[in-house]
Amino acid sequence: MPEMKICVDHQSGLHARPLAQFVKIVKSYKATVQVKNLTSGKGPVNGASPVNLMLLSVTMGNEICVSSDGEQADEVLKALKALIESNFGEG
Amino acid sequence: MRQYQGLPASSGIAIGPAWIYNPVKVAVKVESIQDPEKEWLRLMSAVNLARNQIQALEERARLNFGENEAAIFEAHLEFLDDVDMMSGVRGIIFNQSLNAESAIETVFNEFAREMSELEDAYLAARAQDLYDVSHRIIRCLTGGDDGLAASLLIHPSIIVADDLTPSDTVGFDKKKILGICTAKGGPTSHTAILARSLGVPAIVSGSFDIADVESEILTVLDGNEGVVMFGPTINELNLAKEKRVEWESQRDEQMLSTNRPAITLDGHVVEVVANIGGIDDAKKAVEMGAEGVGLFRTEFLYLDRTELLQTSEQASIYRGVVDVLAGRPLVVRTLDIGGDKNVPYLSLVSEANPFLGWRGIRMIRERPDLLANQFEALLLAGVGSDLRIMLPMVSGVGEVIRAREILEEVRQSLIAQGKPIAEKVQFGIMVEVPSAALLAEHFVPYVDFYSIGTNDLTQYSLAVDRTNERVAVLASPFNPAVLKLVAMTIEAAHKHGKWVGMCGELAGEPSAVPLLLGMGLDEFSMAPASVPPVKQAIRKWSLEHCKEVAREALDLPGSSEVIKFLKGLTPS
Repeated sequence: MPEMKICVDHQSGLHARPLAQFVKIVKSYKATVQVKNLTSGKGPVNGASPVNLMLLSVTMGNEICVSSDGEQADEVLKALKALIESNFGEG
Repeated sequence: MRQYQGLPASSGIAIGPAWIYNPVKVAVKVESIQDPEKEWLRLMSAVNLARNQIQALEERARLNFGENEAAIFEAHLEFLDDVDMMSGVRGIIFNQSLNAESAIETVFNEFAREMSELEDAYLAARAQDLYDVSHRIIRCLTGGDDGLAASLLIHPSIIVADDLTPSDTVGFDKKKILGICTAKGGPTSHTAILARSLGVPAIVSGSFDIADVESEILTVLDGNEGVVMFGPTINELNLAKEKRVEWESQRDEQMLSTNRPAITLDGHVVEVVANIGGIDDAKKAVEMGAEGVGLFRTEFLYLDRTELLQTSEQASIYRGVVDVLAGRPLVVRTLDIGGDKNVPYLSLVSEANPFLGWRGIRMIRERPDLLANQFEALLLAGVGSDLRIMLPMVSGVGEVIRAREILEEVRQSLIAQGKPIAEKVQFGIMVEVPSAALLAEHFVPYVDFYSIGTNDLTQYSLAVDRTNERVAVLASPFNPAVLKLVAMTIEAAHKHGKWVGMCGELAGEPSAVPLLLGMGLDEFSMAPASVPPVKQAIRKWSLEHCKEVAREALDLPGSSEVIKFLKGLTPS
C-alpha cells in the first residue's frame, strides 16, 4: 500500500477550499485514501469524507501521512502530492 | 388578541401574517420502520430537496454578498454528500430499522459534537454548519411547517423570531419581509440594523415566547411605538390600518422632497448622508436622497473567510460603491473588528471583554499589514472620487500618526509603481471612545474631520454593554454625559476649521435633530431609510432656535429629561 508523508503549508490548513480540492481529487480516482495527522497523532480517517478530514484539524505547517489502496492507488497519491506541493494552486 | 411591548427598532406599521423563524428546534421522533429500502429512498429525495435549497442559498449569497460568502454554502453541500456520515445513517436505517429523521440526527449530532470540541476555534464553529445541514434535511423529510428555513419565506410576511444572526438573514428574500419582530436583541442589534436598511418596521426585545405564536396568525407590528399584536380584533385591525395610512402619507410627503438639500429655516445647510454595508445599501442610499455615504462598514470583507482578501478583489468591491455614488462623498471606515468575532487569520482570539480589547485601530501595532492592505485597495478604487478614510476605535493620537505613516508609505509605493490612485483623500477618526472626545483638539494636526459613533460612545461613557439586554435600556445616547462629549468634540473641531459628522443611531433620530443642529453638527449619517424624515425635520428648524435648545438640553440631569424636553418642543 503506497503512502507519503507531506507537510501542509497552506494558510488555511486542510479545510475550506483546500479541503474541497483534496476530496474532489480523492473521489475522482478508483482508490481509497486514508489520512493521518502526524503532528497531532489524529487519524487515520477516510480521505473522501470532508467531515472526518476537518476533524483531523490539520493546520498550517502540520505534517500528514496519506496512504492509498486500489486500482489507481499510485495515481491518486501523485495527484494529491501535486496539489499539496502547489500549495493548492496558490503557488 | 395578545399584545407585547418591545423596543422600537425601525419605524412604520406592518400588518400581515406571522412567519415564525425558529430554525434551531427540530423535534425528531425515533420510530421503527418496516421497509429500510423505502426509508432510504425517502431520505435520498429529502437530501435532493435540501441540495436544491442550499444551491439556491449559495447563488443568493454570491449575488448579494460575493464569492467568499457563497463558500459557506459550498461547504454545506459537501456535508450533505459526506460518504462517512451517509454510511453511518444508512447503517442505522438498515441495521436498526429506525426512521431517517432519527438516523440523520444521531449521526450529524455526533459529528457536530466532536467538531465543537476541537481546539481550533474556526473548526469548532463549523459544528453550527453541521447542525444547519442536519436540520435542513430533517425539515425536508418531515415537510413540517414549523421552523421553516429562511429560504422558504415565500409570501410577504412579518418575520417573528427569537433573534436573528447575520447568517440567518442571507436566506431571506428581502422583498418578502413586511416587518421583523424578535423576542431578544437590543435596538442596535443586527435585526434592527437590517430592518432599517430594508426600510421595514421592526421591534426588538418583544418579550414574547416564540412557541406561543401561531404560524400565519394575523400580526400588527407598530415600529413607531414598539408594540406587536398577535390576532387583533376587527376594531384594532381597523385602527392599525388607519395609522398605517397616516404614516405612509407622511412618508410619501418626505420622499417627494428628499432629493432637495437639507436647509434650515434661516438658510444653514447640513449634509445628510447614509450608513452602508455594501453596494445594495449604496443604491438604496442614493434612492432615498442621501447626499453621499458617511459610514461604509467594511467588516463583511473580512468575516466568514479563512484568508485575507486579495487587494485587487477588495478594490473592485470598493469601486462598485464608488461608481454607484457617482462623485458623492464616501467615508470608509477601516476594519472594525475584535474578539467578539472569531477570525483566526486576523489573529483574533476570544476575549473576556472584546469591546474593551484588541479591536479596530488597536490592531495596528501587531498587524500593520491589515491596514496597509486596506489603504492600498482604497487608494486604487478611489480614483476620481471624493474618498474619505476614517479610523475606528481611536483612543490616542499615536494611533493616528502611525496610520498616516502607513497610508503615506502605501501611497508612495503605488506612485512608484506608476498606478493611478485617488487624488485627494480626506483623513479622519471616529470619536467613540471618551478619551478621543476629551482630547479632540490634540487630533487637529492629523485629521480633516471627526465622525461621532454614538452607539459605542454611549456604551463606553455610561459603562453599559449594549448587547446585554438587562442593562441595554440604560444605553441612551440622549444622556447629557454623552451629549457633552459630542458638544466638546464639535467645539474643538470647529475652532480649527475641521468638520464633524455623526454616524451613530442618534443621527437618524428626527427628535434629536434640533439638538444636533444646535450643537453645530455638519454631517448627519444614518440608515438610508431615515434620510427622508431627517431631512424633513431639519427644514422645520432655525439654527438660532436650535442653539438655545442645545444649551438647555445640555443642562438637564438625565436622558429621560432630555427626551421629554425634546418631545415638548415646537419647531421654529
